[in-house]
Amino acid sequence: MSVAIGTEARSRQRSSTGRRSASAAISVLLAALAAATIIAVTVGAAGIPLARLPAALGLFSDGVADAVTARDQLVLWSIRIPRIVATAMVGGLLAAAGAIMQGLFRNPLADPALVGVSSGGALAAAAAIVFTDSRFGEALRVLQAELLPLAAFAGSLLTTAILYGISSRAGRTSIAIFLLAGVAVTAITNAGIGLLVFIADDRQLRDITFWLLGSMSGATWAKAAVLAPVLALGLVACAFIARGLDLLVLGEADAFHGGVDVERLKRISIVMVSAMTGVAVSISGVIGFVGIVVPHLLRLVIGPAHRLLLPASMLLGAILMVGADTLARTIVAPAEMPIGILTAAVGAPVFLGILLRQRGLASL
Amino acid sequence: MSAVIEARTLIKRAGRATLLDGVDLNITAGEMVAIIGPNGAGKSTLLRLLSGDLRPSGGKVRLKQRDIRTLTPRELAGHRAMLSQHVNVTFPFTVEEIVLMGAGDRSPREAGGLVDAALDDVGLTHFRTRQLPTLSGGEQQRAHFARVLVQLACGEVAHGPGLLLLDEPTSSLDLRHQIDLVEAARRRAAGGTAVIAILHDLNLAIRFAERLIVLNGGRLAADGPRADVVTRETIRDIFEIDAVVHTGDDGVPYVLPQSMRAPSPR
Repeated sequence: MSVAIGTEARSRQRSSTGRRSASAAISVLLAALAAATIIAVTVGAAGIPLARLPAALGLFSDGVADAVTARDQLVLWSIRIPRIVATAMVGGLLAAAGAIMQGLFRNPLADPALVGVSSGGALAAAAAIVFTDSRFGEALRVLQAELLPLAAFAGSLLTTAILYGISSRAGRTSIAIFLLAGVAVTAITNAGIGLLVFIADDRQLRDITFWLLGSMSGATWAKAAVLAPVLALGLVACAFIARGLDLLVLGEADAFHGGVDVERLKRISIVMVSAMTGVAVSISGVIGFVGIVVPHLLRLVIGPAHRLLLPASMLLGAILMVGADTLARTIVAPAEMPIGILTAAVGAPVFLGILLRQRGLASL
Repeated sequence: MSAVIEARTLIKRAGRATLLDGVDLNITAGEMVAIIGPNGAGKSTLLRLLSGDLRPSGGKVRLKQRDIRTLTPRELAGHRAMLSQHVNVTFPFTVEEIVLMGAGDRSPREAGGLVDAALDDVGLTHFRTRQLPTLSGGEQQRAHFARVLVQLACGEVAHGPGLLLLDEPTSSLDLRHQIDLVEAARRRAAGGTAVIAILHDLNLAIRFAERLIVLNGGRLAADGPRADVVTRETIRDIFEIDAVVHTGDDGVPYVLPQSMRAPSPR
């Protein structure tokens, strides 16, 4: 298959320089994630200064821990660390889902939260709560925790499929119709959520409100364990679909001419966006704009090629979410601000900025 | 010589409309063919059927003796390359990255020589690190042509002479680059590639190809050497204009449109 055997040695040279700049970008992001994590671990309602951190983490435990260390350990291992781990994974999933969706729709403004995919997932999850609490769903009540991510995935999948069906005609997707369809889908899912709010009892109402605002406060190890396999699957899928998403920027027909199995690529992408968004939403609620801001910033620095963009999005998404969540739980301490408000405050202006840049192009 | 691509009684329907109605074709290695015809004649539909992008409602397409439906997208891409009419890229890929997309799974170094040659062919070497969306329409069209040339070259290294399909490749190009593109395609044909292009400019089509295929209303109206096809009568019947057909010193005809034909009574 190779063009010429003689060029093989040189080929290794060039691709290794490409890999070096790629690994430089990934290293910088990994370092930033480590820094964000350390800050997040030390800051909070119960502050744990850096000096006490090693002991609290149990790194130099020499037998019996004193009272302060014991308290630190409890705070870290049962509250703060599971929350940070889950937050980082949610951020990675949301950012990568945004990047895949933008590639799929050939549109830098696509974001699962903006066009109703997240609220589709939230609606399905909220419906699952109300249903399993009702007389009819009694038998399934013990499975509620397992059902939520599945329901959210199904809701997200349905909304993504509907959106694609509406905005894609004869192999071309219209950006304007896509965004308008997203507005309509969001309106429908919001109406559904409104209905659930109307019939919900007080406890259910609290749960549903949580989905609407977005928060990481309920994160536990169990929830982090739900996120991990989807994240791993996403990482594998990203390597698999990266080249196809690159060619898809040419349009479906031209991606096909270039050798891409477009139908299979679309199926995998739609399922991955839905799974990543749905599972993230079932843990964190609707958190907007992470999926737009992260890939947009990265494209400016490392370019639009998906082989690097997708894993880098996961890392930067994790960094931004850990940072935002740290702010959310300290900014109005001892109370907590819903993280969705913070991401929207940062994300919406960026979205408008992209929109203004796009206005010059005929594509909208 | 055996056919690179052949079509047997090709039919394509969309709803109640028949876009293509029983077209037969046979194109061999090294041939250069231009498809001409008025708007809505079925030219693009025919090309998309030949590329395997559309499925026919009836009839068969065989690419290098194999039923085109049995080939995977990846296999197809190794045997034929196609340049579409309009390609709109939203993301800031550089010219080089776009052209490299033609190389499939090959590393930048493996395909480097082919990319350089293709960029040189379309005269975009100095723009290789520019972002595609910042270029003019004609420059973008040339970049996509370079991408298609790289795909063709990669396929031909592995599988021998292939098929190059061009859908109005000169629609955004100035005169000089129209000629450049035609010459680049001609060089591929000299190397054994079968080239089929849809062209609107009759004189460019005549220059481009010794064999012309005329489509009208989804049917094959004419298929043969340019001197036989390009006559005052065919042009009047197909394009509904009056034109003078002269023959140049080199024996190649050229067309001078005169006036609209009087509207036919209906």
